[in-house]
Amino acid sequence: MDFDLSEEQRMLKESVDRLLEDRYSFEQRKTYTRAADGWSRELWKQYADLGLLGVPFSQDHGGFGGGPVETMILMEAFGKALVLEPYFATVILFGGAVKIAGSEAQKADLLPKVAEGKLLGAFAHSERDSRYDLADVKTTAKKDGTGWVLDGEKTVVIHGDCADKLVVSARVSGGQRDKDGLALFLVDAKAPGVTRKGYPTQDSLRAADITLKGVKVAASDVLGEPGKAYAAIEKIAQSAIQALSAEAVGGMQEMLDITVEYLKTRQQFGVPIGSFQALQHRAVDMLVATEQARSMAMFAAMMVDEKDAEERAKAISACKVHIGKSGRYVGQQSIQLHGGIGMTLEYKVGHYFIRSTMIEILFGDTDHHLAALARAGGLIPAGTTA
Amino acid sequence: MDLRFTQEEIAFRNEVRTFFESALPESIRRKGLLGQRTSKEDLVTWQRILNRKGWATPMWPKEYGGTGWDAVRYFIYKEEMNRANAPEPLGMNVHMVGPVIIAFGTEEQKKEFLPKVQNLDLWFCQGFSEPGSGSDLASLKSRAVRDGDHYVINGQKLWTTNGHRADWMFGLFRTDTNAKKQMGISYILLDMKSPGITVRPIITIDGNHYVNEVFFDNVRVPAKNLIGEENKGWTYAKFLLGNERVGIARVGGTMSRVAYAKMIAAKTMVDGRPLSEEPRFREKMALIEIELKALEMTNMMVVADMKKQGVNATDPRTSVLKIKGSELQQSITELLVEIAGPNAMARQVEYLSGESNDSIVPEWNATAAPNYFFTRTVSIYGGTNEIQHNVVAKGVLGL
Repeated sequence: MDFDLSEEQRMLKESVDRLLEDRYSFEQRKTYTRAADGWSRELWKQYADLGLLGVPFSQDHGGFGGGPVETMILMEAFGKALVLEPYFATVILFGGAVKIAGSEAQKADLLPKVAEGKLLGAFAHSERDSRYDLADVKTTAKKDGTGWVLDGEKTVVIHGDCADKLVVSARVSGGQRDKDGLALFLVDAKAPGVTRKGYPTQDSLRAADITLKGVKVAASDVLGEPGKAYAAIEKIAQSAIQALSAEAVGGMQEMLDITVEYLKTRQQFGVPIGSFQALQHRAVDMLVATEQARSMAMFAAMMVDEKDAEERAKAISACKVHIGKSGRYVGQQSIQLHGGIGMTLEYKVGHYFIRSTMIEILFGDTDHHLAALARAGGLIPAGTTA
Repeated sequence: MDLRFTQEEIAFRNEVRTFFESALPESIRRKGLLGQRTSKEDLVTWQRILNRKGWATPMWPKEYGGTGWDAVRYFIYKEEMNRANAPEPLGMNVHMVGPVIIAFGTEEQKKEFLPKVQNLDLWFCQGFSEPGSGSDLASLKSRAVRDGDHYVINGQKLWTTNGHRADWMFGLFRTDTNAKKQMGISYILLDMKSPGITVRPIITIDGNHYVNEVFFDNVRVPAKNLIGEENKGWTYAKFLLGNERVGIARVGGTMSRVAYAKMIAAKTMVDGRPLSEEPRFREKMALIEIELKALEMTNMMVVADMKKQGVNATDPRTSVLKIKGSELQQSITELLVEIAGPNAMARQVEYLSGESNDSIVPEWNATAAPNYFFTRTVSIYGGTNEIQHNVVAKGVLGL
């Protein structure tokens, strides 16, 4: 048992922390939001130069050869800085899908391009009615000679508007909510029949609704075996949750730090408001929630590659529940303890609160994962001896 | 970073588990499982079994009978003990008075007391709290006045756990009334059979007798029973505060209660089907398990750090362990009452104390209510959770 970072991990952390310290003040971030894509292409290139875009990919594929711990380090730093660039969409979701479901040829083709910063990707999976059910897919894929034709509509595709390539889920057989009959396809974002409508999300990021009309896909662009993609989709979602958990922890720590700093400086009744016990205790409860969330993010990192699918799913659900609850608590209290200033867009704490609210919704909210974990029997087996 | 136990640690865990399973007397194990209290004899028996194995005081220095384990091994030992439903060796002896004698006692005191403390030949109780001195302990008033080669003690102690079972007390007494309140306190050992001591029972809301009031009326204590220097007792008492952190969250104990709750929920029928199948019940249980998992991870991280760097008194996670650990111990006892339903209503003091094994209601429900009542204490003793909040606000957040 050893929770210390290795030398390489420490260097990774230092390099990302240093970059964000230099380039991601709240004021700098504001200028990035005003760019055409809503984020900085120039910083994206820097991430590529530092090797950050290949962190989870093997060295054969131009990556760093990192695992969940390396992802945790990066995402926590991104959460602390409220990074706008499409790392989650491109590296975690799109790259993750290729890594999990793709053939060796597909990986060798695409992952180095992601790592070099030359290819932006997105995961076009959710649909208007699917909510958090990963199997709920209406988009169809019909056989067309050796290839396929896709028809359907994908909604809230994170960073779908700037993506060069999409991983699209579609149904080759079965009913709308069947786990059997799903497939994943690589689709060029500019392919004929693809229409994208981009829009901002609450947290200053971007998403797109994407319509697919008679979109032709070559056989070589199918990821994995058609009809059997559910397990891969579930794994992609679990990796996404692991990454989001670390991002959430970075955000919570920052909300706590900003709030404590404010309590020390804001004066009322002639004293710093941090001298009031009611506010002190609230701040300590924020710390407790943040520390516990950090522990759960660590647990998710430990379990996301677990071979036993049932244990893995339970652990990830447990983590998402905790992150959802603690993120909500820390976010709400950080606004409350600031008072009026916490309500303004000009001040940073509200932006963290918004992002943590979006993280709670992404890939299944607290109720969804609590119900899933409860149905699966929880984390601790019932006792047997009386 | 490697988040799992090493092969050697797993082998050690198996060794500990096997030993506890075979060495713990069945009657004591059953009391632990069913939530009954252990008797004085039970605890003496068990501590002596552990001591024969060399495991009664694992974290003492090796020369005084410690094992030399690192923090991870000690953590495994504690967790396995909880898992086996075994009582822990007497904390007042093992974690409180023993380490103080080792750190501040004379050679003569060490020779005289340590083997007996370890083998539970002497049962120590703690004389700290007083009627007017709870969270503000340093305001204590009981006096010890030097008279030749004796101290004469007058005053009153309160909440003295096991005062009625104890052979000896380690207590804090005021030896200088003019000094600043922390500076005039001395740490003194005394024989509970000394003339002038009266122990009066206090029955707690669960119906059991653990705590007492202890009155001192001109009690003469040999001056050689002073630990360290006169008026330095507060320092010695505070030294203890950082001493026992590994087990403070009691994760293993709560886990075993969760497993127990799930087992009995499966036997409890609601509307013709087991309570354990009710979605609402399952979600309540799952929420406790999630919090407990987070706490377990926090605990393991603290332990891993301690193995490398020793105790870090300002680590905020220590307070997290105390605050969340106590809340979760309380949550599971609440849920056990809900599972028991009307079966929680019968008050059976003799069953609870272990003097009787006959229960009117199914035995797995018999201690639910009193254990819920009594567990309210875990957020009070050792510094209330509110005091913990104050400590973190000041010491960690700098407020």
